[in-house]
Amino acid sequence: MASYRDLLNRTKAEIEEIGTTDARERAASSEPPLFLDVREREEWEEGAVPGALHVPRGQLESRIEGLLPDRSREIVVYCSGGSRSAFAAKSLAELGYENVASLTGGFTDWKRSGFDVETPVTLTPPQRARYSRHLLIPEVGEAGQQRLLASRVLLIGAGGLGSPASLYLAAAGVGTIGIVDADVVDDSNLQRQIVHSTERIGEAKVLSAKRTIEALNPDVDVKTYEERLTSENIERILGDGWDVIIDGADNFPTRYLVNDASVWHDIPVVHGSIYRFEGQVTVFTPQAGPCYRCLFPTPPPPELAPSCAEGGVLGVLPGIIGSLQASEALKVLLGIGDTLQGRLLLVDALATTFDEVSVERDPACPVCGEHPTITEYIDYVEFCAGVGRPVGT
Amino acid sequence: MTAVRIPPTLRAEVGGERQVEAHGEDVRGVLENLIERYPALALQLFEDGELAPFVNVYLGGEDVRTLDGLETTVNGKSLILLPAMAGGS
Repeated sequence: MASYRDLLNRTKAEIEEIGTTDARERAASSEPPLFLDVREREEWEEGAVPGALHVPRGQLESRIEGLLPDRSREIVVYCSGGSRSAFAAKSLAELGYENVASLTGGFTDWKRSGFDVETPVTLTPPQRARYSRHLLIPEVGEAGQQRLLASRVLLIGAGGLGSPASLYLAAAGVGTIGIVDADVVDDSNLQRQIVHSTERIGEAKVLSAKRTIEALNPDVDVKTYEERLTSENIERILGDGWDVIIDGADNFPTRYLVNDASVWHDIPVVHGSIYRFEGQVTVFTPQAGPCYRCLFPTPPPPELAPSCAEGGVLGVLPGIIGSLQASEALKVLLGIGDTLQGRLLLVDALATTFDEVSVERDPACPVCGEHPTITEYIDYVEFCAGVGRPVGT
Repeated sequence: MTAVRIPPTLRAEVGGERQVEAHGEDVRGVLENLIERYPALALQLFEDGELAPFVNVYLGGEDVRTLDGLETTVNGKSLILLPAMAGGS
């Protein structure tokens, strides 16, 4: 019968080991290995190798494939002293990981050598419970959830699109949500604007949305801008610093304003628009992809744009489009997946079809093109919802 | 025959249809054929004989401006007309 010592020695003989000095040199190289911390949560929270992935030893076999599908990736696995990591390295080799070394001396030796250590920012127990379904997704996980909590999303409009978008972003734990809207809640809004409620009729939409969001998730800080977005206030509002803008505006002047500002401030915009049974969604990433003016260089003249009276929208349609916007925003924030950048999704709820057309960057775009002709904000005069033309034309 | 998808904002001009069929070798031909039957579309689609800047036409999912413009051969693919749409509330 083998003792623990026998088992450890036998295991160490079967794996690669690396000393802390060599490991640190590898970490500073142009292709650094992934440091994999297999200690318990409490140990990890007290300090870890910067950038390390944390998977407790007991969950290693069940979770590693999802977290690290690339089996050729160079891995330095460590624990506190080099024993648990030896067993972990053996398991990883058995799972097909080709380039694994166990850190001899472990984190204790790393720290004693005076090498860089970071204290991971961790979720509180209530946050671990709240976001548990995110933590289970390899593409999100604890690091992704931390990222969301530190993220800032600005919503233009707390109406049809802003309602579902704000609710899902808040539920997802986006830490700061800004909302720009000058309107008050009207009873005709409640057929679709689910962030508001009957008792809020007459209340400012931004305050109504703030109350709903804070009741849903106290982690979220809601910044309200009870004003209409204009060329006068847009610099101040964007100056508060935003990672993503969700455009749920109801008129062309605001959409062009948001677009031009986003290009100049280098902020991605998740665009959504709705009309009756149909909606459009796309993502505009400044410089990397097209902008709204690449798609539509100018708004239609007022006489050709649909009139307010002809409008109307199926109540659930903004639910679909606004939720897609929230999903795209989360992907942009997390840096995962393929967003709708360069693709315009066309949703028809009456026929239940989802079509896609490609949107390319226009080198002649007046805002993001090679020789921009628009370099300051244009105030389009609003004629009625959905219509506008430049002042003086 | 080319199938042409009509956006909701232009349906009033074509009698409420979601999709109509039209003849033509190239995009210009198809759109002109459409306008012969639905003259009200002309203002919505053309400006000085060219595609208006506030409307996009997609052939097989590609913006015709990135192909050969109105001279792009349709080749049995379907067209989508798409004017800018602003609604969000």
